[in-house]
Amino acid sequence: MSRYLARRLLTAVPTLLAISMVIFAVLDLAPGDPTGALPETIRPEVRQMIREAMGLDKPMHIKYLLWLRQFFWNEPIGLLEGALGIEIGDSDSRLRIPSWGSRGTPVFDLIAQRVPQTLWVVGLAYLISVLIAVPVGVISAVRQYSVFDQLGTLFSLIGYSVPTFFTGLLLIIVFSVNLNWLPSIYDTNLEVRDWRSLVAQLRQMAMPVAVLAFFQTAALVRFTRSSMLDNLTQDYVRTVKAKGFRERYVVIRHILRNSLIPVITLVALGVPTIFSGAIITEQIFRVNGLGALLISSIQVNDIPMIQTVTFIFAVLIVIFNLIADIIYGVLDPRIRYA
Amino acid sequence: MTATADAPAAGVLGQRAPRTLWGDVYRRFIRHKLAVTGLVIQVLLILGILVGPIIYPEDAEYIDILRADARPSLEFPMGTDDLGRDTLARNMEGGRISLAVGVVAMAVAIVLGTLVGLLSGYFRSLDNPLMRFTDMMLALPSLPLLMVIIMLFRDKMRNLLGPELGIFVLVVYVIGALGWMPTARIVRGTVLSIKEKEFIEAAVSIGVRQHTILWRHVLPNILSPIIVSATLGVASAILIESALSFLGLGFPPDVPTWGRLLFENKDFITYNPALIIFPGLFISLTILSINFMGDGLRDALDPRLRL
Repeated sequence: MSRYLARRLLTAVPTLLAISMVIFAVLDLAPGDPTGALPETIRPEVRQMIREAMGLDKPMHIKYLLWLRQFFWNEPIGLLEGALGIEIGDSDSRLRIPSWGSRGTPVFDLIAQRVPQTLWVVGLAYLISVLIAVPVGVISAVRQYSVFDQLGTLFSLIGYSVPTFFTGLLLIIVFSVNLNWLPSIYDTNLEVRDWRSLVAQLRQMAMPVAVLAFFQTAALVRFTRSSMLDNLTQDYVRTVKAKGFRERYVVIRHILRNSLIPVITLVALGVPTIFSGAIITEQIFRVNGLGALLISSIQVNDIPMIQTVTFIFAVLIVIFNLIADIIYGVLDPRIRYA
Repeated sequence: MTATADAPAAGVLGQRAPRTLWGDVYRRFIRHKLAVTGLVIQVLLILGILVGPIIYPEDAEYIDILRADARPSLEFPMGTDDLGRDTLARNMEGGRISLAVGVVAMAVAIVLGTLVGLLSGYFRSLDNPLMRFTDMMLALPSLPLLMVIIMLFRDKMRNLLGPELGIFVLVVYVIGALGWMPTARIVRGTVLSIKEKEFIEAAVSIGVRQHTILWRHVLPNILSPIIVSATLGVASAILIESALSFLGLGFPPDVPTWGRLLFENKDFITYNPALIIFPGLFISLTILSINFMGDGLRDALDPRLRL
């Protein structure tokens, strides 16, 4: 197991480096001047000094290495200092990645403000979709071609095909405009202190969570069902049935345990996708989470912020790929020794 | 079943009409109810988009404030928007662009994916580097990256090729360049199994050149997965383009795509829901019907499922 783990970790590191290089290069090679948004009254020589102060005249590989150092060394230490309230070394001269959009506030401070909103909505949606999808997929497969199965399949096909930005707007039309039950705009300043504010929080989370959960459930139901169907016809199932065990025992103890291995992997792999899916949902309901941060920084050309947020999304993908691999290795010994 | 039913009629001559590969595919496809439903919806949508403007010749860009925010009526079947532009005409125009983006972006992705898949499946020395590259591409966060690339290169492409064509080329190539990886993996897998077959060995042994083997013997045998992933690729390209437009990062404001229509009109959702419902419905129907067709094609092209 440890050899398998080491191998996986060793492939993750170059992948991350390659991705960071791609993201950095895309933003660095892009046409357009980062000082272009500054007032035109600034004299050219002053503008040149600003560019030098930002390090824009350095060759690309130097800029890349400096950025890497900031991202993987300065920033974690900065976060640690903030979390523990201590000072490690010479923290004043340690440069953190500044956001160009908000007067040099470190990007990680801004990101830290946005993460809770995204995590709440995304996490809850994901939890709900897993809790719904797995039982529905299992029952659909066990009772293949029954009414339940056909309804479930139709529902998942629809959920898979209707884009989240349309479901979101439809929900707003029905629940906010016509029925006036739920607020269509997410209020981030709301603090959960008592029962009433908890209800308000749940009400404003209901629609974004439902939109994300609907889409994710659809994909998971399809996958769980086909994974179950693959196992239902296996020889070992026939053997267990021939031994005279009850249907329920066979399904739960044997088929389910084997079919859930790929499902659990998919659940782990799906976490980063739902984060980027949340970009759209956040835009519909004006949740000011990570996705909203990315979009607003794209609009004001805040390159360090864009680089960092995009790279964080990439880090999430690599980490959850790794987690999926590890889970797969733990659950299925054949993978480990392959 | 069909063999016994046909037997008396064909029995006179003692042989049945020959069955072709594509004839079989067609027969299996039309027996797939959902796939046929998808095909019918898709054909109707395409007809509406292409033939519709001839029957309903309204200018999608004509602004008339006096008739703004009309509800759906006989005169304006889908109403008008806040500037008095005809919603039906704009939806037809938007559909043409969305569909064009979908088809061209899919073509880019399929060509790239097939090329990478073929090369890495057939040439052992290329396999590892190409697949590591594919893995790396798969780990890129595609939606954020798409948004960033389009934002950064929009102005340059606009100066280069004009406002509409420039963005079209940019959107199509970026979606294609970030969407070829699943195709490459499927193609590689199929090529790996085809490569071991006897007929390839036979071709090698009679001295057929390598590119002829690839082109004449391998490629025709991997057509089925390519066709399926092309079909599904159109749907995902349309979905991505709509998402980008919905975030305001797609085409310029005077080019209506379905996603763009949703983006422009989402603030008028309270007093004119028709502006939202129609483009959203068209996107959903397109993607749903393409997914149905993809499922049907997958079954129809699977030679193990005989009639």
